[in-house]
Amino acid sequence: MNQVRMSGAAVEAIDLVKRFGDNTAVDGVSFVVPEGTVLGLLGPNGAGKTTTVRMLTTLSVPTSGTGRVAGHDIIQEPDAVRRSMGLTGQAATVDELLTGRENLRLIGRLSGLSRGYIRETSESLLERFDLTAAADRMAKTYSGGMRRRLDLAVSLIAAPPVLFLDEPTTGLDPRSRTELWEVLRGLVRDGTTLLLTTQYLEEADHLADDIVVIDKGRVIAAGTPTHLKDQAGAASVVLTLTHAADLGRAVELIRSCSPELHVEEASRRITAQADGLADMTRIGNLVESSGIPVDDLGLKRPSLDDVFLHLTGHRAESTDDATDTAEPETAGVSA
Amino acid sequence: MTTLQTTRPVIAPPSLPRATVTVVWRNLIHIRRMPEMLLDVTVQSVMFVLLFAYVFGGSIEVPGTNYKEFLLPGIMVQTMVFSSAIVAMGLTNDLQKGIVDRLKSLPISRASVLTGRSISSLIHSSIGVAVMGATGLLIGWRIRNGFVDGVLAFLLLLLFGFAMIWLGIWVGSLMRTVEAVQGFMFTVMFPLTFVANTFAPTEKMPSWLRFIAEWNPVSALTQACRELWGNGLPAPADAAWPLQHPVLVAVTWSIVLTAVFAPLALSAFRRRSRD
Ligand SMILES: Nc1ncnc2c1ncn2[C@@H]1O[C@H](COP(=O)(O)OP(=O)(O)OP(=O)(O)O)[C@@H](O)[C@H]1O
Ligand SMILES: [Mg+2]
Repeated sequence: MNQVRMSGAAVEAIDLVKRFGDNTAVDGVSFVVPEGTVLGLLGPNGAGKTTTVRMLTTLSVPTSGTGRVAGHDIIQEPDAVRRSMGLTGQAATVDELLTGRENLRLIGRLSGLSRGYIRETSESLLERFDLTAAADRMAKTYSGGMRRRLDLAVSLIAAPPVLFLDEPTTGLDPRSRTELWEVLRGLVRDGTTLLLTTQYLEEADHLADDIVVIDKGRVIAAGTPTHLKDQAGAASVVLTLTHAADLGRAVELIRSCSPELHVEEASRRITAQADGLADMTRIGNLVESSGIPVDDLGLKRPSLDDVFLHLTGHRAESTDDATDTAEPETAGVSA
Repeated sequence: MTTLQTTRPVIAPPSLPRATVTVVWRNLIHIRRMPEMLLDVTVQSVMFVLLFAYVFGGSIEVPGTNYKEFLLPGIMVQTMVFSSAIVAMGLTNDLQKGIVDRLKSLPISRASVLTGRSISSLIHSSIGVAVMGATGLLIGWRIRNGFVDGVLAFLLLLLFGFAMIWLGIWVGSLMRTVEAVQGFMFTVMFPLTFVANTFAPTEKMPSWLRFIAEWNPVSALTQACRELWGNGLPAPADAAWPLQHPVLVAVTWSIVLTAVFAPLALSAFRRRSRD
């Protein structure tokens, strides 16, 4: 899915450290986001995601270490960095008393864009984010999802080549989330480099080319989603039979080559531990050659959830946030 | 769909004055959309004028004029001082909401967030002064020393208000919650505006209190306005030195306070901007 332009790093974090008093929020984080790709920064509450993004976007000064955005050093050339990137923070940063259109105009003018350009681009952004009808209403009358979309639209007004999104879909319902993913994919297709933080493993899996997992301010794993899943250990073969009556016979057969298995009668499904594709083929052949009709056969890799559990020893605690945090404000407060 | 990403627009980062103008534009929209913000400087001030004029007015003796004329300059000064509380609350509110974060991520001088606010607050306070002036005229207050001195007094009010606004910006940059700002500012503002010649002459105060009151910058400003508008007599011969030269002292205080508070505010805001 990546574009051809892989010329260089759009974002680099170089041994970033941030201390608040004696609390070390970020403790030596390094990573690289190649141009035109998506990096998912994944971690539980308080891992240091927001702090990392705030340092890279020049909102916060690192205690030590540095970073580069579009080739500009975040400490030496903060203004050049600000010209090259857009940011959608964790807490919605739209101005509630301004209308959607005025929010775009405010940020457009302060970004140094011409009036004509702002006017045209505002219209197309409002349309793209389905806000045209609400464009002249105060943002405080918007729903959480609309605010999030406006926030993102505002970040795009100057067409930044690098975009930082801090938990862009927290507080959105599943449908708005999928829609937002679509928009983000579109941006990447047009060449934008994306760094997004998320607590949703599923989200990182869907959107990111590379994932950096942080916990307690440290990088604990990095790689492609597939790579990370492989790290978490064994995959399993999932076999769905056509008739439940065949389950017993199939289990006997499979047990001969993979003793650890699990049967779900209702769905006529057998899950057996496997090392990879070779095992899957072996099991598939075994069952088929004995004449048992099979509906479906597949290899299931561990989910990022499993990866997380494996890496940190605890589960990511967040997956239900999506439904119960409707308030963008509360979503922005960290403990 | 337009391919936004492939063609980047021309970006000419705004200068400090241009960014300031934009921030002022934004803050003025706030004043318009949140009329309760105006209540502080309009309805409340009018209420103060009427309460003092009619409730206390009969029983407070003032030399050389009636109480209403004496009161009006004092109450205008009080409004200017209280404007610092309003600006502080507005700024803290912005900081809490995250909009300042957004502004900080843009290629503008961060000072424009503050300079913009100082100017919009001054406009906000001017509206209050205008409303009070109109109320005053209705109940019998007059400008008696001609146009030039009259305008001069208004400019003096705004100059001092500007200093107070920077005090407010400083406090707003230091404090974390609107409630804390409100608590702090009102604790400071009430003694500052009442231990003065704003609502009653200082002559009858106990001598230690009179000393404080007469050296209070608020008193010099009030006395300056009274003299420029011709609302009462010059300060008595035994009044402290600042009241003998009120215009000069008020101008000096305004400049000195601005010169102190503006850098403090900017550095507090910068420091806060670091994390
Ligand atoms: N301004 C601050 N002052 C003091 N401590 C802070 C500040 N900002 C963050 N922290 C602390 O730094 C740590 C990391 O916080 P951060 O907000 O970066 O985590 P996060 O990964 O974004 O979490 P979440 O998923 O909840 O948003 C936390 O322990 C937090 O309390
Ligand atoms: Mg966060």
